[in-house]
Amino acid sequence: MSEKTGVIRVLLAKVGLDGHDRGVKVVARCLRDAGMDVIYTGLHRTPEEVVDAAVQEDVDVLGVSLLSGAHMTILPRMIDLLRKTDADDIILMAGGVMPDEDVATLKKMGVGEVLLQDAPPETIVGTVRRLVAERGPR
Amino acid sequence: MDMVEDVLAGRVRGIARMMSRAEAGGGDCRAALAEIYRHTGRAHVVGLTGVPGSGKSVLARVLAQAIRASGRKVGIVAVDPSSPFSGGAILGDRVRMTGLSGDPGVFIRSMATHGAVGGLARASLDSVDILDAAGFDIVVVETVGVGQDEVDILQAAHTIVVLSAPGLGDEIQAIKAGILEIADIHVVSKCDRADANRTLIDLKGMLTLGVAGGDGWQVPVLPTSAENDEGIGDLLAAIDAHRAHLEDSGGIALRRRRIAETRILRIVEDIVRARFAGRHDATLAGLLDRVMAREVDPYAAAMDMLAASPED
Repeated sequence: MSEKTGVIRVLLAKVGLDGHDRGVKVVARCLRDAGMDVIYTGLHRTPEEVVDAAVQEDVDVLGVSLLSGAHMTILPRMIDLLRKTDADDIILMAGGVMPDEDVATLKKMGVGEVLLQDAPPETIVGTVRRLVAERGPR
Repeated sequence: MDMVEDVLAGRVRGIARMMSRAEAGGGDCRAALAEIYRHTGRAHVVGLTGVPGSGKSVLARVLAQAIRASGRKVGIVAVDPSSPFSGGAILGDRVRMTGLSGDPGVFIRSMATHGAVGGLARASLDSVDILDAAGFDIVVVETVGVGQDEVDILQAAHTIVVLSAPGLGDEIQAIKAGILEIADIHVVSKCDRADANRTLIDLKGMLTLGVAGGDGWQVPVLPTSAENDEGIGDLLAAIDAHRAHLEDSGGIALRRRRIAETRILRIVEDIVRARFAGRHDATLAGLLDRVMAREVDPYAAAMDMLAASPED
């Protein structure tokens, strides 16, 4: 986090064949209204593109919205890419629709938090702030 | 210093981290930025400005592709506005910048204005320095969507490209003062649209009305269409021609000096403003009461505030 200005930078991405971006735009808006800088990459990105962008943008949090059911393929790939790029201080968060048992597995694998479709805006903002605070300055 | 070494070696993480430090603006990054500044001066800085929706991000993307095809490395600094209410921002320029990923010869950074007016963010120029020192041959600075007179890009760029989109005004708009005057190159975007010719004619007409600047550079008006991949090569050729012109005519030294001058003055303004923002509360409240009661006017109140301000 930019320790002097205190502005949290978040990159939000839709990855893979998933054209539903209403949710991610709502999330972008509520993080913006909470005073964060939100970089949005648009639809149909590859894990490589998104991790590349997150590293160049030096974000605190990389948020991936997934409604396609491909989360167990895409998210492990992104964890792997972040490690390979020596960028695993970037917190990976996932949101969307996925089964509870997958959520537990993903968190074990290294996803910072998974917020499902019923997460209210305060929870999303609060979770981002908590995870960034827990990581501490870098 | 490790971080400076990382920047000079062109390491992506180092560049990105240094930009964050610069944006945070703490005193601890000044020494590193000073060292980085000593390694700048090689990159050609292209400013890209125009009204919201004129196609700056798309043009930055296709221009970056053309620059890469010519064998040069390109950095992009893209600025979007911060909310005046929450201070937050949606930085959406990357949505348009697909197809540049995975290439170490391209570095894209999005920035929010964080209260700065004039089309750039405070740390934009530090980021340009960082990309310059890191060995990027051309740095493209994309301003926020501007109105008629946000011309801060003057303090950043060697070559200024002003984008106009079709359908936004007539020849009277074109002869007004402000943003259109600062162009080294005019681009009319979206020329796949039928009304683009009108905009081309208006801009060309505007240029023939004026007296030439005296530096011998003929400002071109170029049609582009990213949609049909038209005019992008011509734009890069015009940028290269403008750079050659500046170097041949000695104009580049004047530009560099002007850029440095406005930068210094802008930093002074920022420091003064920050100084007041930190200390003004009590003084300002008293003055506000007097202004509201019409005892003094805002100018006199400002003079009082300056007089009350400690020197450091």
